[in-house]
Amino acid sequence: MNELLEFISNNLELIYILILAIFIGVELIKNVPSVLHTPLMSGANALSGVVIVGALLVMLQANPKDYLSLGLGFVAVVLGIINVIGGFAVTDRMLQMFKKKK
Amino acid sequence: MNITLSIIYLIATVTFVIGLKMLGHPETAKKGNLIAAVGMILAIIGTIFLHDFEVASINYILIGAALLVGTVVGWLIAIKVEMTKMPELVSLFNGFGGASAMLIGIVEYGNKVGDAMQTSTVIAAIAIGSITFTGSLIAWAKLNGSMKDIRLPKYNLLNNIVLLGLLAFSTYIVMMGGNHLFLIYILLFASLVYGILFVIPIGGADMPVVISLLNSLTGIAAAITGILYGNMVMLVGGILVGSAGLILTFVMCDAMNRSLSNVIFGAFGGDGSTEGVAAVG
Repeated sequence: MNELLEFISNNLELIYILILAIFIGVELIKNVPSVLHTPLMSGANALSGVVIVGALLVMLQANPKDYLSLGLGFVAVVLGIINVIGGFAVTDRMLQMFKKKK
Repeated sequence: MNITLSIIYLIATVTFVIGLKMLGHPETAKKGNLIAAVGMILAIIGTIFLHDFEVASINYILIGAALLVGTVVGWLIAIKVEMTKMPELVSLFNGFGGASAMLIGIVEYGNKVGDAMQTSTVIAAIAIGSITFTGSLIAWAKLNGSMKDIRLPKYNLLNNIVLLGLLAFSTYIVMMGGNHLFLIYILLFASLVYGILFVIPIGGADMPVVISLLNSLTGIAAAITGILYGNMVMLVGGILVGSAGLILTFVMCDAMNRSLSNVIFGAFGGDGSTEGVAAVG
């Protein structure tokens, strides 16, 4: 319990940002027309690829002799960048189709 | 942290918000996607070149190779796939993001042992990452048509027991402290299994809703890893996806006149309601 309180007092700014970001996310999506649901889901999926930054940090910080960390980090970077590049590219294609229909 | 890098992360975060906002309107959607993509690439390049720790050149070579392989693969899949197969592709990509968070958690566990708060963050990243990984793969396989709906008897009860078990086990690992890599592997395995159990009973027609939910979870996993590194772009980006994805999930359910619990537990009981669900979906 003490550790939790300590964590809160040490990371108060973080918690503020977290709560505000939750509200922004909700507000951004609230009134979206249903035709855009799938592209929006796809776009959000590409954004969740931001986890790649963490994967890069793993690889940057890994000791060159620590083959396990390097190997797992390598796979994490590959998967993360597929999520990012593939995600944005697919969203773009979906929206292209959308434009033609109009 | 390098101040230039901090500013780049700030810019990237703003592009995420603007991109999501513009994705919500038909006229601006395409541009919004592009803006968010530019922000993401900025964040990636900045992370590689503007950090302040020493990195051996072999690490750089491996990073370059990983980025190259992933970019080519992701790009080729994205432009080659047929239009009708896009939702399942989103699910596959989402699973990759979850797996990435899971792997980060596994690597960082050893470095964060001793601090209960840090350990719980790592454990949450591993558990949520692996659940979204296998869950998304199952959703992908179902949309693919390569997997039929399988309903184990009493699957709702079974799933809830596994979920509670996961929570209890995670708490146990945190409470125990110390370095127990073996327990982490058990947790990893159990989470992977739960991801499968969670999606398997849900009907194929409801998959878009499930994918949206899993997408939201990947966002949360990304945010958790962001807390681990004290990295703002991961934290805010992840939370944005987490909350936006969750609301989108509810909105999609609404559009089908269903509630989320009806989608997830909808086939419960296996009587007439099952057929009703299939008909609506």
